[in-house]
Amino acid sequence: MTAPTYDLGPLHGGLRLEANKDSATVSGLCAMPVPARIVLPLAQHVGDPAEPVIGIGEPVLRGQMIATSTGALSAPVHASTSGRIVALEPWPVARRQGEPGPCIVIESDGEDRAISAAAIDYRELSREALIALLLEGGIVGLGGAAFPTAQKLGQAHTVPIEMLILNGVECEPWISCDDLLMRERASAVVGGAQMLLAALAVERCCIAVESDKPTARQRLADALGAAGDERLTLKPVPTIYPSGAEDQLVGLVTQREVPSGGLPIDSGCLVHNVGTAAAVYDWVQNREPLISRITTVTGPGVKRPMNVVTRLGTTVADLVAYTGGYTDRARVLVIGGSMTGRSMSTDRVPIVKASNCVLVLDQTAARGPVLPCIRCGECASVCPIRLLPQQLYWYASADDEARLRGYGLTDCIECGCCDLVCPSQLALTSTFRFAKGRLHELQDRQARAERARRRFAARGDRLKRDAEQQKRELERQKTRAKTLGKDAITAIMHRKRGKPEDPKR
Amino acid sequence: MAGDTDALLPGMLAGIAALTLLAAAFALALALVARRLPAGESQLVEDIDALLPQTQCAQCGYPGCRPYAEAMVSRDAAINLCPPGGETTVRRLAQQLGRDILPLAAVTTATRQVAVIDESRCIGCLHCRQACPVDAIVGAANCMHTVIAAECTGCELCIAPCPVDCIDLRPHP
Repeated sequence: MTAPTYDLGPLHGGLRLEANKDSATVSGLCAMPVPARIVLPLAQHVGDPAEPVIGIGEPVLRGQMIATSTGALSAPVHASTSGRIVALEPWPVARRQGEPGPCIVIESDGEDRAISAAAIDYRELSREALIALLLEGGIVGLGGAAFPTAQKLGQAHTVPIEMLILNGVECEPWISCDDLLMRERASAVVGGAQMLLAALAVERCCIAVESDKPTARQRLADALGAAGDERLTLKPVPTIYPSGAEDQLVGLVTQREVPSGGLPIDSGCLVHNVGTAAAVYDWVQNREPLISRITTVTGPGVKRPMNVVTRLGTTVADLVAYTGGYTDRARVLVIGGSMTGRSMSTDRVPIVKASNCVLVLDQTAARGPVLPCIRCGECASVCPIRLLPQQLYWYASADDEARLRGYGLTDCIECGCCDLVCPSQLALTSTFRFAKGRLHELQDRQARAERARRRFAARGDRLKRDAEQQKRELERQKTRAKTLGKDAITAIMHRKRGKPEDPKR
Repeated sequence: MAGDTDALLPGMLAGIAALTLLAAAFALALALVARRLPAGESQLVEDIDALLPQTQCAQCGYPGCRPYAEAMVSRDAAINLCPPGGETTVRRLAQQLGRDILPLAAVTTATRQVAVIDESRCIGCLHCRQACPVDAIVGAANCMHTVIAAECTGCELCIAPCPVDCIDLRPHP
């Protein structure tokens, strides 16, 4: 766990972590049978939650769309087995660390009948039609962030793209779902890559695989040879955490740096996970939308670590029971890896599109007492973004908004490297996570204040305008009265009082 | 000796004339600039206004944030009269205006609040709509009124004018 000294090109810092992948990769992929109850959260992706299009009690088939995408950034949700909708209700979800979120609950009928869909040849589709098709399939990034794939591909319309990068790096020390996917479904990954190239109209694709996955690399090389597509190349990248982070991978592959606050497209690249490519293949070729994924179940807290093809909506409790249950040492449940995952308050949370790993640890990370920062600078030497975590820590403690922005807090990828090397055991990453939320809140408040200021000014202007208009109206009436003469005014006043007019007139 | 002074005199005169001309030219330029740019005061008011929370709640005794900003710049109003801004705002105002930091004159809740009209009790009198400093209440005479929650600053100014007490402040959802 020391900072590396060899040359990594543009990649700064990072750590060589002790890999714990072997236990879950000894056995091949197993497909878990459909559980009796499926719980599908409406918000499984970045952006607006999907909106249900079915009612309680209705029967559904496997692959049927049960919630549709809403808004500019969203993805639909499909039923992952056939059965009946029994509830639309709050249920513990992984996104909120076990707090409830809106979900659709399906009772499986055990028959697992699929909805029929017409076969499609993607080569005949236009780019727009292909992207629309991917949106319909509910495909989102399976690397963990769950960014809707169709909208990510749509970004490429605005900026010219040179290269598609498929991310098979998987640098988190416990996760091996992408490794198993590349070993067992290499041809689906390659096929999906060709479809993504068609959707992007790009001629180069680079599949990046970490150097510690020789089997996966070999299988991919075989699949590439079988496909005979010269646009696709395989690129080994060094085994170093966090080389699988999007911006870091772009740097490793292209030697270009993604600008601060920018996206990989600003460097002419688009990065997709290998799992996403396989999901694209399953949808376009096999007409099966995103209703299952490979999830790594591992850690000292489970009896038999393994990689499982899991239907989305299977609860973690059911999944762990399928693999053999918890050991006596099970203490902490984490969804995601040990570095960037989030601990859950309950195992009733369902597996969703983003759930790449269920990690059951035997104890919370062994940390000594928190001591003051001694300014050793280790955190800065491992930070892959070249930030200065110790400075950020001071400014976050002092709630100094301007300095936090100035020192680039918003560029922090929360990889957790600084936490691991800190000799004072400071919880740097969680401090930064909190500070980011705070910056967001302040920005929000600033925007609201600006709007209120404008509305207040507009109201002032309106009141002034109204007063002036009233004054002008009074003026007008006065001049009119003068031109009409005294008798006419008396007549008007009499009329106003509701009295009959002066009989003398 | 007399010959020396005679020789120096024209040079001296030329020097004096040049300096006088130069001074006159600068004076003219400064006078013009001063006329063209009437003080930095309006900019200062803008800057001060930007530091205020824009709740327009009038708790400072002025009819809104901008009038308070103007009062601080031109009439030496105290800088600790803004409860929604809290101590952070006092600190920033002190820095911007070069004054001493003072403790807040009054304290309010820190959480964001919005006004909510109980629509079953509203009689459509328009009083609250007229009181709202940011036009966040919609409704017509004798018709039910409602608050645009996204625009409400939680200033409480609509609560007192309501004749049927149907407006409450609640934490923002």
